[in-house]
Amino acid sequence: MRTVVAVLVAALTVTGCGAGVNRASGGAADGRVTGAVTVFAAASLTESFTRIGKDFEAANPGSAVTLNFAGSSALANQINQGAPADVFASAAPANMTTVTEAGNADGAPSIFARNQLVIAVPRGNPRQVTGLADLTRPGVKVALCANQVPCGAAARTALDAAGVALTPVTLERDVRGALAKVKLGEVDAALVYRTDARAAHADVTGVEFPESARAVNDYPILALKDAPNPTGARAFVAYVRSAPAQAVLAEAGFQAP
Amino acid sequence: MTQVLDHATPRRRGRVPAALLIPAGLGLLFLVLPLAGLVIRAPWTTLPQRLTEPGALTALRLSVQTATLATVLCLLLGVPLAWVLARVEFPGRRLVRALVTVPLVLPPVVGGVALLLVFGRRGLLGGWLDATFGITLPFTTAGVVLAESFVAMPFLVIAVEGALRAADHRYEEAAATLGASRWTTFTHVTLPLVAPGLAAGAVLCWARALGEFGATITFAGNYPGRTQTMPLAVYLALETDLESAIVLSLVLLVVSVGILVALRDRWMTSP
Repeated sequence: MRTVVAVLVAALTVTGCGAGVNRASGGAADGRVTGAVTVFAAASLTESFTRIGKDFEAANPGSAVTLNFAGSSALANQINQGAPADVFASAAPANMTTVTEAGNADGAPSIFARNQLVIAVPRGNPRQVTGLADLTRPGVKVALCANQVPCGAAARTALDAAGVALTPVTLERDVRGALAKVKLGEVDAALVYRTDARAAHADVTGVEFPESARAVNDYPILALKDAPNPTGARAFVAYVRSAPAQAVLAEAGFQAP
Repeated sequence: MTQVLDHATPRRRGRVPAALLIPAGLGLLFLVLPLAGLVIRAPWTTLPQRLTEPGALTALRLSVQTATLATVLCLLLGVPLAWVLARVEFPGRRLVRALVTVPLVLPPVVGGVALLLVFGRRGLLGGWLDATFGITLPFTTAGVVLAESFVAMPFLVIAVEGALRAADHRYEEAAATLGASRWTTFTHVTLPLVAPGLAAGAVLCWARALGEFGATITFAGNYPGRTQTMPLAVYLALETDLESAIVLSLVLLVVSVGILVALRDRWMTSP
């Protein structure tokens, strides 16, 4: 048993050393960005950050952006459990707060985009949905995000603001899950971000509704304290706030902060 | 002969090669350590209170109910299927046997997508069910049972088929020569003969259904009290409250270990 433990400890130490070597090699001393930049980003940023990542690589030869998309809360948990990330872009300030409170932030988060909800309906809007009230009509099946994730919290706020009591058929784990149920035709409508509806415009139409202004989501971004590539982390955050990246975000349907 | 063996056994035991023992120990640690981590990190002081939270209890009750219904469905369909595979010669039997076990290796989320494409509102059968009978399966408890059955049935079929192949044919033949009908032979001779294998398969099937996540959230969605089973509750608890997720995970771990330990002792002990 003692041998087994010794071998295990040795194995862990070796891998630990490996990580240390990587950390030292990421980011050149002269401020030039090289090496891998790992970005944890909210699922709703999938299309825009994929493009921004490519643009960043083009602007910084020798850099390679790795993107990890998931629900913001799941990403915040992964970061707090020690996932080796350089940058965190969240779909809601609340998830950013869990990261900053855990002491994992390098500096303060900054808002780089805003997003609003729309009602996603199958293309052509067969149920003639024009507002939140239509979603309570009998026989209309609605998917929402679970309250635990930002799009669910925003949907709850918007529904409360409109005074609409809605019983969804499912509470999905992220905004893409809700959208997928519309695309598959399993539900008649879902509350998703405007950007998600726009990304899925081949199958889905986004119906704007006034109460969405009461539930605007701020997207904060942050370089992480234990970033394996701190230079790359700061450069990526700065790039997201620059004009070219902001143009990509605007095209995807985000509003400027 | 026995004397030689008696001498050899202790000597062999003393010379276990380190080259095998070390990886074996590491393998054991790798499998057990995560489970131990769950037990160590569990918030034991607030455990009773967290367990009795309405959300947790609702999910647990729904999980037990759907897993039980899924097992019943698997017994009704899976036992005849296992019997046909074990006792009837027909062309393509090997292919059918392979197809029956596909859900074992298929990622459950793929199973969920496949179920949606067949039983969904726009699905091959779902559209017809909806139009003719007004039955929709996605987002219903019945949908959960279906998703769990899809993933769990191979466990039952494999266990029962194995038991049927191992069972002595002569009892069935004797029953037939004594004038028992095929159905009487099946219910009064074959089934009691394979009862241990049947029970083991049913329990494994139940445990797999209890742990089902991917197919359920894909096909049946996630709604508390209707389709949100324990694994789904664990996933969503992880989004906000790690401690709650640990407590719910611990419950599933205790149930799973309990079942497997009971099974090992009763039915799966190898000679």
